[in-house]
Amino acid sequence: MNSAVYLDHNGTTALDPRVLQAMMPYLSEQQGNATSRHVFGRGARQAIDHAREQVADAVGAHPSQVIFTAGGTEADNLAICGMSATRPDGQIAMSAIEHPAVTRPAFAMRVRGHRVAVIAVDHVGRVEKNHLDAILEKPTALVSVMLANNETGVIQDIAGIAETTRRHGAYMHTDAVQGLGKIKLDFTALNVHAMSLSAHKINGPQGAGALVLDKRVDIQPLLHGGGQEKGLRSGTENVAAIVGFGAACELIRHELVQRTGAVRQLRDQLELGLKALGAHIFGAASGNERLPNTSFFAFPEIEGETLVMALDRKGFAVASGSACSSDSTEPSHVLLAMGVEPDMARGAIRVSFGTGNTSEQLETFLTVLENELQRLKRLTAVAV
Amino acid sequence: MSVHTPIYLDYSATTPTDPRVAEAMIPYLTQHYGNPASRSHPFGWTAEKAVENAREEVAKLVNADPREIVWTSGATESNNLAIKGAAHFYSGKGKHIVTIQTEHKAVIDTVRELERVGFEATYLAPESNGLVDLEKFRAALRPDTVLASVMLVNNEIGVIQDIEAIGNICREQGVIFHVDAAQATSKVAIDLEKLPVDLMSFSAHKTYGPKGIGALYVRRKPRIRLEAQMHGGGHERGLRSGTLATHQIVGMGEAFRIAREEMELENARIRRLRDRLLAGLQDIEEVYVNGDIKQRVPHNLNISFNYVEGESLIMAVKDIAVSSGSACTSASLEPSYVLRALGRSDELAHSSIRFTIGRFTTEEEIDYTIDLMRKKIGKLRELSPLWEMYQDGIDLNSVQWAAH
Repeated sequence: MNSAVYLDHNGTTALDPRVLQAMMPYLSEQQGNATSRHVFGRGARQAIDHAREQVADAVGAHPSQVIFTAGGTEADNLAICGMSATRPDGQIAMSAIEHPAVTRPAFAMRVRGHRVAVIAVDHVGRVEKNHLDAILEKPTALVSVMLANNETGVIQDIAGIAETTRRHGAYMHTDAVQGLGKIKLDFTALNVHAMSLSAHKINGPQGAGALVLDKRVDIQPLLHGGGQEKGLRSGTENVAAIVGFGAACELIRHELVQRTGAVRQLRDQLELGLKALGAHIFGAASGNERLPNTSFFAFPEIEGETLVMALDRKGFAVASGSACSSDSTEPSHVLLAMGVEPDMARGAIRVSFGTGNTSEQLETFLTVLENELQRLKRLTAVAV
Repeated sequence: MSVHTPIYLDYSATTPTDPRVAEAMIPYLTQHYGNPASRSHPFGWTAEKAVENAREEVAKLVNADPREIVWTSGATESNNLAIKGAAHFYSGKGKHIVTIQTEHKAVIDTVRELERVGFEATYLAPESNGLVDLEKFRAALRPDTVLASVMLVNNEIGVIQDIEAIGNICREQGVIFHVDAAQATSKVAIDLEKLPVDLMSFSAHKTYGPKGIGALYVRRKPRIRLEAQMHGGGHERGLRSGTLATHQIVGMGEAFRIAREEMELENARIRRLRDRLLAGLQDIEEVYVNGDIKQRVPHNLNISFNYVEGESLIMAVKDIAVSSGSACTSASLEPSYVLRALGRSDELAHSSIRFTIGRFTTEEEIDYTIDLMRKKIGKLRELSPLWEMYQDGIDLNSVQWAAH
């Protein structure tokens, strides 16, 4: 099965062998509980502290600002629920294209009395600043806007949004899960109060993530217990995964430029081919910044799910939407928010490049895609 | 006789991952790296299949239906989800919770958090042997009690509560019953088909599996419902969102499979080692075993060494890695709240050591430990003025200490 070409790096990524190597001692011989005071525990604690520095260094933060979680979803939940809980009178504002890991906890906070406001995006997927201004007229606990969208790859002006948000005295959170490892991130320059990260999107292991948090923020924990992570995230630390997360961050710090250059070249080459085949590429507009590895597109009158399955049979793993919702046939909420017609949205396919992809793979992909398109069009013609 | 120091005798804090578990995990860290929620390609399907196989293994160890197992990031999250999830979902019935003073922090602090948002709680004291008195438990339940939470095996003293009897009382009163079984898997047999338990928390890393993964058992018949605590992609039927760490789940499945197949033999061996350790220590003067010695898991021995200062004791026995309290509180110098709840004095609580034995402990290591403890206790007491006073027959409780 794994001879297939993997073009779904926004879904998850393969573990870098160097990351695995860093993790191995913590999966085998070095086995303490980081809370224990004996030598086994101290070894685990040092490993976590080192990883905390590596993560902080990769995103321009101080190690004391890094709170390890079980992943991006938990980091988002901690930010949304934890920061709004301390400001019971303010609404929660978020963009219309957020990941369910942000929207669902926001809506869940309605039972605690919070209103939820949804900030519109324009036709290329950028947050409407005027709408944000209007929303901020009301008392607001928290604004959450993702740094880069998982489907379209469109990058928001987070620093600008944060400035507006801060002017109104609200907390600013950004889900940067898709940004990490694909563009340069600087927590300080982004000027946000909190930022979510995940390890398994950057060739690190599943099961580790972090919330980078300004220490002045008044926040309540999600998980109560032993008081790990300064009381903000109880539970025995997942040492091996945290070490892997740190190692993966260290690698992107050294290799970011080279990696992004490589995937950008592939993506641009892909999009030239796609345009020639008559695809519509979502969010692609001059001056609209997108992740260098992501292309989200559709062919008029071709059903996305059918094309994904056809490509899969030919050995190409792509996504028809975000992984978390790919078992539903609802059109992408991101595209609907951008004003794309539901029929067109249902045709959407996402290709996301990463480590290991080559331009030979891409050439084959484009050939296969062209053949499959012709075959599907013939089938449609017969059916009509 | 050769032993490699430090000797690990802290298996209740965490267990080393069994090499077979690590071996089962590696393929999911290298070639099978799909996201189990990806339904559109085989990378995702392979991961999903592995996740479901592991779910079956976890269910089998405790005789449950795989559909009753929800993955979490660990027992702390399982406890949080069970307690907050059930309390909030059923709060229409009432807002009173009953738990025990000797529960793990992940239960105590979660109940405290619920108190903060308007629930009431009773923290029942155990008897001096660490066990819950059934009549006192029954008396603590009120008409508005919505949930009770009692751990199966205590992390510090290893005593086993009579979950069946406590659960039956809960059933009679219509109270939802949660059990923290993080310390119990592979140590006591669990049959959820028979036990009157509605929710049960599990951890992998206390049973030779990896850290960062746990599970919550949620009974289907009669069906128990929960308010989700982690929201997002709707994984685990909406009860617990977040991308599943496939390799960790696979590791937990393999660890629980090994536990099911080997626990009987293993526990007999571990019990012999524990009894050997106890025999080697109990004739030292002024030592006290904490917690009931019979109704107790075979791998735990918790002993207070009177007239020895706790911190010096830990420093003196650096050749063995043990705990002087629960791992989660051992960073603080507070005496163990578990031992305090048994009625132990601060002094005895401070001078306690928890020895927990496991799969890789050898007889030589136990003998080395006995020898080390006997020497060090003797030496520390030689330096202790309190010990001298005790030897002289002075009743220390009658001494008036001068403030300074």
